Amino acid sequence: MHIVSAYDEDLKFLAGRVAAMGGMAERMIENSISALVHNDAPMAQKVIAADEQLDAAQREIDERALAVIARRQPLADDLREIIGSIRISSDLERVGDLGKNIAKRAISVAMSRQPVKLFRGLQSLSELASAQLKDVLDVYASREVSRLGSVRDRDYEIDAVYTSLFRELLTYMMEDPRNITSCTHLLFCAKNIERMGDHATNIAETIYYVVTAEQLPAERPKQDRSHDVTVEVDD
Amino acid sequence: MSETDTTETTRSALALYATRLSEARWVVIAAIVSILFVAAFSTVSWLYVAISLVGVVTAAAAVPRRSRMRRRREARAHAMLGPLERLSAERLAAAVPDPLILFDQTGRIVHVNQPAQAAFGSTSPGVDVQLRFRSPEMQELVRALLSGNDRPAGVDYAERLPVERHYRVSASSVGAGSGLYVLVFKDQSELRRVDRMRADFIANASHELRTPLASISGFIETLRGPARDDPGARDRFLEIMNNQTARMARLIDDLLSLSRLEMKSFVNPEERVDICLLVGGVIDSLNQLAKDAGVEIVRAIPSEPIEVPGSRDELIQVFENLLENACKYGQSGGRVEIAVERSDNDPKSGVDVTVRDFGPGIPDEHIPRVTERFYRVDVEESRTQKGTGLGLAIVKHILSRHNARLTIRSKVGEGAAFTVHLPGP
Repeated sequence: MHIVSAYDEDLKFLAGRVAAMGGMAERMIENSISALVHNDAPMAQKVIAADEQLDAAQREIDERALAVIARRQPLADDLREIIGSIRISSDLERVGDLGKNIAKRAISVAMSRQPVKLFRGLQSLSELASAQLKDVLDVYASREVSRLGSVRDRDYEIDAVYTSLFRELLTYMMEDPRNITSCTHLLFCAKNIERMGDHATNIAETIYYVVTAEQLPAERPKQDRSHDVTVEVDD
Repeated sequence: MSETDTTETTRSALALYATRLSEARWVVIAAIVSILFVAAFSTVSWLYVAISLVGVVTAAAAVPRRSRMRRRREARAHAMLGPLERLSAERLAAAVPDPLILFDQTGRIVHVNQPAQAAFGSTSPGVDVQLRFRSPEMQELVRALLSGNDRPAGVDYAERLPVERHYRVSASSVGAGSGLYVLVFKDQSELRRVDRMRADFIANASHELRTPLASISGFIETLRGPARDDPGARDRFLEIMNNQTARMARLIDDLLSLSRLEMKSFVNPEERVDICLLVGGVIDSLNQLAKDAGVEIVRAIPSEPIEVPGSRDELIQVFENLLENACKYGQSGGRVEIAVERSDNDPKSGVDVTVRDFGPGIPDEHIPRVTERFYRVDVEESRTQKGTGLGLAIVKHILSRHNARLTIRSKVGEGAAFTVHLPGP
């Protein structure tokens, strides 16, 4: 509580907008994957249009946060809270961009249908990423940072699934060069989803810092082994 | 005895007078001051002044504060209040079977009833309702409510994790002047799920049944044409067709059991299951299959019971699937180990069940994905072992309903270990 109640209003506004952005970003991930899997072009268009709102929300948060810093000169908790909202909103905005990119690719992939199997892999990857984002944003609401423990585990899981998908897509491309166009699109979609998971992890770190004033312990196992995946051509 | 009674009565009467006096103190003081004021400027005898002072004080102490009529009216109103008005909001909320959340004008949650606590987890009082329910529709709903729209239209709200659930949310303000608002969540998952399941089932079934069907129709064509008079080929083809129809039957069984599982509404299992007994039973039922495969089952199960909350039938299916897989795909190892142990020494802790085989193992890149539907590490191997590609998907689904986890460790050439971590009571 502050003596100036408008200050409280400002902080509450920032948190509310961040949560609203989170809701929009979660919805965009969900819809973009659904557009991709179900070959749904109108849904993809909707996602592309929704990105605009997310951008606007981020600008709004930036401006309000700057205004609060200039006017109230916050310290300690409040300062962390405000900086946190700027950082989280920029992560969420990136998540929205990635969702928009998936939606764009969904329209191109729709031209040539791929085996259902490929989409199943992407779907389970996206489920992991949205679970990650939801858990993290729930902690933003409840401030129970002890729940952030599972975030690292899931990040590891996402990376492992991504690497496996990468390999699978390469195999498909080698089987038939006609698959290359759509498989490349799917590969980028998978990469985008994996990046969403990373942004969620970033948000988790920010929240931990905002609440405890300490950095989340820094061990961060890198499990994305796709950089050294090669597939041999056997003749 | 009667003497103490009298003292008691006197004491309570004195207390009553004292209360009345203290309640009326300002009026009494004003009266005393004005009497003294008048007395100071007139020639009235001090005796009369003293009498009137005593009179004022006595009257203040003796006359009841509220008139008889008002008292009677209040008593009547209280009698008419009935049990409903006297009920506390908290008790009322507890009696509602649907999740219900009360929040105040600033959007902070004031009260969460038990079903809401179970459904949404981290929603303790003090959490901002707009931070917890972030979907754009919910944001709009809460905003409309807080800005004075008394009864905005209800919205749909879906929670995808840990288990997909759909709600119809209605919102309204509670009474005038209380400044409280209520959200009521009506669970509609069942309806939605039935719809989606039907679509999913058809999609999966048509996709997976097409391969065996195509091969059967191919063989029928051959039997009618070139192989019409070749008894050797006929027998061979009929054998293959028999296998294919058996595969289709298994596939349909598995698809059905998966969609049955997904259809059942999510309830936290209240049943308690002795995991040692259950695993022992599963081993006994699969002994024959293991013998046929030439696999020896080695068990390491403690003799005392370990109880966890869970659904008996579903957990039996989990361990049956895991053990069957181990016997089939780990056949070359000739041995399957099954171990039950507590996660910690604490009797409240969960339990870990490990099924380990010594077969060829699972390559790294497949491990994170083996629980996906129809994902097969080796399509040929799966076909010969009569796998449907759904066994582990079923396991994963059941475990997520139990808040349990499955970890898979494997090294190529050394076998695989599947560990189920079931949470304790």
